[in-house]
Amino acid sequence: MTNVIFAIVVLGVLGAVFGLLLAVASKIFEVKKDPREEAILSHLAGANCGGCGYPGCAGCASAILAGDAPVTACAPAGAENAAAIAEIMGMAAPTGERQVAFVRCTGGVNAKKRYDYVGVKDCISATKVAGGPLECSFGCLGFGSCVNACQFGAMSIGENGTAVVDPEKCTNCGACMKACPRHLIVSVPASKKVHVTCANQDKGKATMSVCSSSCIGCGLCQKECKKDAIHVVNGVAVVDYEKCVGCKLCTKVCPRDAIIPVATAEEKEKYKAIKKAQAEKAAAAKKAAEEAAAASAQ
Amino acid sequence: MDQIYQLLAITLGAILANNFIFSQFLGICPFLGVSKKVDTAVGMGIAVTFVMGLASAITWLVNLLLVKLGLAYMQTVAFILVIAALVQFIEMFLQKAMPSLYTALGVYLPLITTNCAVLGVALLNIQNNYNFISSVVYGITGGLGFLLAIVLFASIRERLVFAEYPKAFEGFPIALVTAGLMALAFMGFSGLKIW
Repeated sequence: MTNVIFAIVVLGVLGAVFGLLLAVASKIFEVKKDPREEAILSHLAGANCGGCGYPGCAGCASAILAGDAPVTACAPAGAENAAAIAEIMGMAAPTGERQVAFVRCTGGVNAKKRYDYVGVKDCISATKVAGGPLECSFGCLGFGSCVNACQFGAMSIGENGTAVVDPEKCTNCGACMKACPRHLIVSVPASKKVHVTCANQDKGKATMSVCSSSCIGCGLCQKECKKDAIHVVNGVAVVDYEKCVGCKLCTKVCPRDAIIPVATAEEKEKYKAIKKAQAEKAAAAKKAAEEAAAASAQ
Repeated sequence: MDQIYQLLAITLGAILANNFIFSQFLGICPFLGVSKKVDTAVGMGIAVTFVMGLASAITWLVNLLLVKLGLAYMQTVAFILVIAALVQFIEMFLQKAMPSLYTALGVYLPLITTNCAVLGVALLNIQNNYNFISSVVYGITGGLGFLLAIVLFASIRERLVFAEYPKAFEGFPIALVTAGLMALAFMGFSGLKIW
């Protein structure tokens, strides 16, 4: 019995001594930390996704504190938390609409293949082999580097073999945009629905020959838009989200179905018929006016 | 001179012939868990080497105390206590004195508290009746053996990405098969005899 008690006492004393030493050491070796860092950290998403470009959320918090990163550095945390961080840092709350990632290509099976790629299933590796297996040097390769980069399960390879974003799950952290070797993924306002699904900047003929759903830069959408919200820039149509009201007129005139939501053939026919009728009416009115003018002259 | 020969024998034994992972099967958890990338494997290996060397020294001294008090049978419990406190202390010390090393070792440092290779080296020192210098050398070289094993294993695992093997083997199974083959290879060192 005394043995047991002796053992307990000795080990207890040993433990207490170590505990005391650690307590003393923690005072001696204390590293002063800014309490704001903890506060900022509590407002970050906590997923350690690396989308901000810093090693984990703690790295981002210290970067925000040091002023190296903006208060909005953590996209997944959302506007509310960005405002809270701004308050901690003593700055005005930022404003802005929720943004989501968008893949500017729906080519996939529509795009022509140059060769059969059998290497590592990774977009960066694929682009290293003679510029990638697609004829189109701008198209989505569909090996899913962005899918792997996404920490939120918001990306997948869609039915036609290109990456698609689930806007519900997307936090606009930007990890996929960095992972895509072709820079096909951009931030777009979550509320806007009309997007150009091609990024090919080549001339019309070259673009037409490599993919059946490519933007050839014909400019029909630009002419059709009543709000001046879509323009052909560097051979590819680009939506100006500040001006776009989502009327979808451009989708109805696009001969390549390169603007989503893609209009069905029926819708297109209908729109064509309406336009024709309008044109006829206008022509008739003009003719009538001319006749009237001629009559009054006589 | 004898002492130097003994130290050389301990070194060779701890790194190659009696490698902690491949022939004593200690420290398997971090060996499998932290070996997906060579960088992190190097970090873990260095951290383990560091703690094993220090733990050998301190536990040897603590054992002296235990033997004096006639409590040698409490070694395991006492050593766990010592190692846990030591790792905490090292973490605090590094954070203050060498922040760059602290960030480099990162999360692996506290993980070592539960590494059985560290406890194993402490107990083996006593079992083998090593003196203080031999104990410390055994601790450090044992850690180096761990470093060698985990870095080799991590570089093989990195290359496994390019290998074609049946789908059922993906992930952990192929890692275990690899580890087994490496252990077989290290068995070759057990025939090593210099003196």
